[in-house]
Amino acid sequence: MKSPFWRRFTRNKGAVAGMAVLLLVVVVALLGPWIATNDPWGMVQQPFLHPWTEPGFALGTDTLGRDILSGMIYGARISLLIGAVSTVVALLIGITLGAIAGYFGGLVDSALMRFTEIFQAVPSFALAIVLVAIFQPSVGSIVTAIAIVSWPPVARLVRSEFLTLRQRDFVQAALLAGQSTPRIILTQILPNAMSPIIVMASLMVATAILLESSLSFLGLGDPNQMSWGYMVGSARTVLRQAWWMALFPGLAIVLTVLALNLVGEGLSDGLNTRLDGRTK
Amino acid sequence: MQRLQFMLARVLQGLVAIVLIATVNFMLVRAAPGDPVSVLAGEAGASDAQFVAQLRTQFGLDQPITTQLATYLGKVVRLDLGFSYRQQQPVLKLILDRLPATLLLTGSAFALSLLFGVTLGALSARRAGTWVDSSITVVALIFYATPLYWLALMAVLVFTVQFDWLPGFGFSTVGSGLTGVALAWDIAQHLVLPALTLALFYMAVYARMTRAAMLDVAQMDFVKTARAKGVKPGRILRAHVLRNALLPVVTLAGIQAGGMIGGAVLTETVFAWPGIGRLMFDALLQRDYSLLLGSFLVTAAMAVLFNLITDFVYTLVDPRIELT
Amino acid sequence: MSVNSTQPVLAIVDLSISLPAGADRARAVERASLSVRPGQTLCVVGESGSGKSMIANAVMGLLPRPHVAPVNGQILFEGTDLLTLTEAQMRELRGRRIGMVFQEPMTALNPVMRIGEQIGEVFDAHVNVPAAEKRRRILAALADVGLPEPELLIDSYPFRLSGGQRQRVMIACALVLEPVLLICDEPTTALDVTTQAQILRLIRELQQRRGTAVLFITHDFGVVSEIADHVVVMQTGQVVEAGPARHVLDAPQHPYTRKLIAAIPHGQAQRATPADETLRVLQVQDLCKTYRSGNGLFKRGRSTQAAKDISFELKRGETLGLVGESGSGKSSVGRCLVGLAPFDSGRILFKGRNLSQGAAFRKEAAGKIQMVFQDPYASLNPRHRVGAAIAGGPIAQGVGKAEAMARAVELLKLVGLGADAAERYPHEFSGGQRQRIAIARALAMQPELLVADEPVSALDVSVQAQVLALFAQVREQFQLAMVFITHDLRVAGQMCDHIAVMQRGELVEYGATQQVLRDPQHAYTRQLIAAVPRLTQPPQHDPTMAVA
Repeated sequence: MKSPFWRRFTRNKGAVAGMAVLLLVVVVALLGPWIATNDPWGMVQQPFLHPWTEPGFALGTDTLGRDILSGMIYGARISLLIGAVSTVVALLIGITLGAIAGYFGGLVDSALMRFTEIFQAVPSFALAIVLVAIFQPSVGSIVTAIAIVSWPPVARLVRSEFLTLRQRDFVQAALLAGQSTPRIILTQILPNAMSPIIVMASLMVATAILLESSLSFLGLGDPNQMSWGYMVGSARTVLRQAWWMALFPGLAIVLTVLALNLVGEGLSDGLNTRLDGRTK
Repeated sequence: MQRLQFMLARVLQGLVAIVLIATVNFMLVRAAPGDPVSVLAGEAGASDAQFVAQLRTQFGLDQPITTQLATYLGKVVRLDLGFSYRQQQPVLKLILDRLPATLLLTGSAFALSLLFGVTLGALSARRAGTWVDSSITVVALIFYATPLYWLALMAVLVFTVQFDWLPGFGFSTVGSGLTGVALAWDIAQHLVLPALTLALFYMAVYARMTRAAMLDVAQMDFVKTARAKGVKPGRILRAHVLRNALLPVVTLAGIQAGGMIGGAVLTETVFAWPGIGRLMFDALLQRDYSLLLGSFLVTAAMAVLFNLITDFVYTLVDPRIELT
Repeated sequence: MSVNSTQPVLAIVDLSISLPAGADRARAVERASLSVRPGQTLCVVGESGSGKSMIANAVMGLLPRPHVAPVNGQILFEGTDLLTLTEAQMRELRGRRIGMVFQEPMTALNPVMRIGEQIGEVFDAHVNVPAAEKRRRILAALADVGLPEPELLIDSYPFRLSGGQRQRVMIACALVLEPVLLICDEPTTALDVTTQAQILRLIRELQQRRGTAVLFITHDFGVVSEIADHVVVMQTGQVVEAGPARHVLDAPQHPYTRKLIAAIPHGQAQRATPADETLRVLQVQDLCKTYRSGNGLFKRGRSTQAAKDISFELKRGETLGLVGESGSGKSSVGRCLVGLAPFDSGRILFKGRNLSQGAAFRKEAAGKIQMVFQDPYASLNPRHRVGAAIAGGPIAQGVGKAEAMARAVELLKLVGLGADAAERYPHEFSGGQRQRIAIARALAMQPELLVADEPVSALDVSVQAQVLALFAQVREQFQLAMVFITHDLRVAGQMCDHIAVMQRGELVEYGATQQVLRDPQHAYTRQLIAAVPRLTQPPQHDPTMAVA
């Protein structure tokens, strides 16, 4: 705990707070089925119940009489799951393509960069909508869609790191020593590029959660999963009468995403990188 | 001359991008579960056997895939984006009807977000470490974490439902028959909430970027040279720090433009703003895939155009650009 | 060079500057005193970390407060203590009464502002001058510092200028309002030796014309002997010796000064000619390499010829010096020799075998051609332990792990670091030590040809001497053939048997060291020799390079 990384991380008060909130959300998500008092889909009470009027239904009920608090607990599970998995997939794609482009340079780099640029030119949310709509909403299609729209920034970052590191003398020395290309990429270059990738990963999870909730809001969420975005979406038409149905799930999203962003900044301080990703 | 060459290259790239996106559209239709024709016809049209047969011949769905692609691309080039059975109108017409509203919304949001974002970011950098800096940073962080649609809903809740200060739905007051300046004023009032909501997220992005870039630039050698010349701090901030810090901000604006157009979908849905985003939402609900894909293509084209504009602005701002 | 002694323009009395907590010492500068008179040049000499730049920054009020701040003493400028002035008052002086030139010309100018505007700022900040006259004076300032075509330059952006030209612009900015004091913080360190000579000459001329007092920070005693009237020598924040330049240079009193002066490469070969060998380890024949850049869809790129018909030979145990300034192509040739860069035509024969290109080159050479790089801070992987870094090469060639590690430890001892160094990370070592590790790493491959690409340029002068001694030792022990790439003729004279001089990709002179240095044939070689800052006075065409 006394390592220079933790010292720098903990100096950022916001990051520490973010870490605390994030841990809370993760614990809630993990222990979900045991904490939630009701099945999120179960219509167990009268609809439109105001918060704090009925014990056991702290946040009230929605238009169909479902417990909002339980819904939010289950929502945490699905948001974190989709956020984490889609980020991992996006990282795999982005790191691979970025490393190849950055290491080999030349034509390979140009071709891959044009490819990446085209993906970046497209409005990512619109593409995600189209992908999920066409392939029918499910956890799988949502994860794939988010991964597909999220990998370009990773690829660009990894590419620029690799381009710089490739020219460093210690890599040239490794080439002279006769080390093989995969070995150089994995043992020489990649460990030095990890810091900005880690920082970017935390920010990507935040973006993924926002994306997933936006898709669910529009009705493109997995119909079997109660997610925060869906809860806000179903509250849209009854905003006038039932403000709490939209407020609480939205707050949950804001807090989680904010926590992730703060942790990302803390990681950036701790790992000594600049905010735009490059190593200081 | 260099600038012209650079822009020509970028325009060409943009066109290629649009063609590729159209091809992706084409492949998506083929890859979707089910018969491509029913996808093209949409939920409503699939029940009309005659319509389906018409589509089959129009798109040459019994022909080899390359011919199909050529036919499709040919149609796109001639701006034939298909027919919406549900709305009984050509897709292109539906889109063109809505385009001005979206342009108005995203254009104002873009301008607002840049203007306020850069100003707040510069202020934050100038007063780095003080309460001004901390409060701007905290506010930016919060808006950066807020989902657009939720912010929109809360805005409607507070400003329309609770206090009735601003209209929260639509483009203009329905059935009022206003014209000229009065109409413009009415539209402007309706524009405030949606534009601000869309702008707030990006304002946070630009504020953070501006602050970081300015703090970075302030460390650079040429700023020290300027101080050694006895140049006043105000001028150093404007002519040296901000001038250089704007470069990454402009680049970022280009990248974010695509995001803003995507965000318009959510904003227009909540505020019932009659733009392309709203159109996409309706197409989603109605499972009208032709309309959905057509709207997607147009939004992509808009994003490409925004990117070109920011590229051009960048060449004006950075004299070194000829060297790339 | 000295003018009538009157009141000093600048008098620093007992100045101490503190450092933030956690730095390697409490004070950057400890009770330093010096003075500069009008028309005179005072050089502050020291290695990195001596605090010399801190003094310059303190005078200008540009220290990064609050952590680094003056805590004691006075800085008297024309009688006023600068430390008591407000920021606004300091601003009045900066650029108007005191001018400053910094070390790194490539980053010292605002990249998006025109040159004319950058000089014009100095006027705007201090005097009210109508636009037409301002333009006239800017053009005059540009011409004064020897820049060609001021009319074009005034509207250009910095990226069009070379390092030497940008430094001239900086000098123009600093001197345009005719200040009484000019502070130069290592202004020529980042420049080529011939450019350095020109800039030094320029500063001297301007000083003589205007009677400016000059405070010149440097690490190079050669520069001191060229321009200084007085010298102050600094070591870890303290002034260890001061006095008129000739006295300090000819008869240094303090052991540190003596050590610094002795460490300067003197250009005398130190070894006997190697035994007559017939084995040609390396033969380079008509090597050509062209760089093409900027090829885009709509524009043709630029092509620069980095190497044109380069030919030379190297026998076992011999050292060839490849000498040239930046842009000469020497580094490109070096990279071609080890197989890190492809070449366009010509042949490279290693022990008689013609080596093919690229990765195949390196494979065929089987690690027998190794390189030591210039930047000690970039040549070791920060995430790998030193021992593993050295052993990595042999392991890649198929040697067993245990044996490779044993070899690594042995080599570390050979280069003067203990066996325990193997378990540490590069950031725990100094620049000189890292260079030793780099040498050990190269030796681990048991090479027959070693190419050293400016291996000591980034090191302090006293450390340089030690590393050069290590090279000499290692060369004897392993009978290595070496190609020593450098821009410093003195180093080449000391280390090499033969010298090849390169200019803009061409080999302009090639011969035995003593021959080339005593009796240079090509005009460029003569220019290079003349530009090297000497320790003897006055600067003249000195046929030998040795210190008297």
